[in-house]
Amino acid sequence: MRMDDMAASGPQKTITARKAGLVSCGGCGTLAPLGQHRCDRCEATLHSRRPDAEQRVWAWLVAGIILYIPANLYPMLVTRTFGQVQEGTIIGGAIELIEYGAWFVAFVVIFASVVIPVAKFVAIAALILGVRNGSRLSAHRRMQLYEVTEFIGRWSMIDVFVVAILTALVQLGFIASINPGPAAVCFALSVVFTMLSAQSFDPRLIWDSIEEHRARGRT
Amino acid sequence: MMTGISANRETLYAFTMHTRHPIMENLDRLVACRSCDLLLDRVIPPPGKISRCPRCHHPLISNKRSVIDNTLAAAVSTAILMTAAIYFPFISLAEAGLSRDASVMDAIGAFSEGWSAPLTIAVAAFIVVIPVLRAVALIYALLPLRLGNPPAKGAARSFRLAMALKPWSMAEIFIVGVAVALVKVTDLADVSLGPSFWAFAALMLIVVFENKTLCEWTIWRLLDPKRR
Ligand SMILES: [Zn+2]
Ligand SMILES: [Zn+2]
Repeated sequence: MRMDDMAASGPQKTITARKAGLVSCGGCGTLAPLGQHRCDRCEATLHSRRPDAEQRVWAWLVAGIILYIPANLYPMLVTRTFGQVQEGTIIGGAIELIEYGAWFVAFVVIFASVVIPVAKFVAIAALILGVRNGSRLSAHRRMQLYEVTEFIGRWSMIDVFVVAILTALVQLGFIASINPGPAAVCFALSVVFTMLSAQSFDPRLIWDSIEEHRARGRT
Repeated sequence: MMTGISANRETLYAFTMHTRHPIMENLDRLVACRSCDLLLDRVIPPPGKISRCPRCHHPLISNKRSVIDNTLAAAVSTAILMTAAIYFPFISLAEAGLSRDASVMDAIGAFSEGWSAPLTIAVAAFIVVIPVLRAVALIYALLPLRLGNPPAKGAARSFRLAMALKPWSMAEIFIVGVAVALVKVTDLADVSLGPSFWAFAALMLIVVFENKTLCEWTIWRLLDPKRR
């Protein structure tokens, strides 16, 4: 048994702020009596748990997944070289990089634009489903999953910035010009919505659900 | 014994539900884990150490040295570097006698045509506006403390804003995107990097520095008028 599992299931009673009749401020962490509306220190609205977490997480997540589809189908970049028009999708751009021999950069692009977004969709869905139905993963594992998801999600924005800088730079008239395709907007929105989805999740729910399951098991 | 990493269970606030502790009078001596809501005795770790929640291992309090100085330094540097980044040329491209200079503003304006126009606002916000806004908010909240004055009016709100905007401040992601883009165009044309590029590269280091040195808990305690 690991340390965290021991602490979670140890013989002594672990008590949460909510059980003690307290709420910790989401802004500054100050404790206040449960039911107080506004934090004395930072004036944030107090919530014991992020409000409507489940609905908000799902709403943003579904929006993020829907936009991710056109983001992959439509071109991200429209390149004109000597009058020839070439449209590149996210995957197409990465394949092109591999053809240049730029393996590492191709890996960064695929990781940021494909692996991270898809893994994030799965992770957020798993987290929110785990709160309701229980999960095969330990609470500690789910916690790590949440932290990684929150930390890494914003890095998906790399590809949008790549498009921005290429468009700004490659405007050499007839020789070469690059313009953004419709996928860029879809992809950026997908990343933003997925970030909002992760931010709507409340990690405290993971531990609440463990306590509830344990309480139910006991009776 | 005071151990820095309080994974030991002595720090668990363990009392039974039926014992009525005078909690409300002692809120200052308690701390709740932000990530699992566990209520704990407030144990300030020795300098340079981080205390973690015994249940979920989330950092509780990191007793870092010169938190105010370091955070202010990061904020002031961000403001200066960003001004330089906007003012100086970013990257220029030359091919067959034609050349093109792109500033950060051009990168922001890349999406300004057609229906992707709203993305211009988003890109401007992510790479310039939000990083600057955060820097200004941090300076506003922390400079009076550094000068030994009481916190300015709205200092707490301002610091809260700076922390809430953190995930949306993407200067460091932008510069990685630029690096990827450069790999794509180096075959096409000659690329030269301007001072603005290096300003952004430095901003990336500042972000790392801020993550290493900022302790929210410490700043919140200093901003609290009741505890001064
Ligand atoms: Zn507060
Ligand atoms: Zn915890």
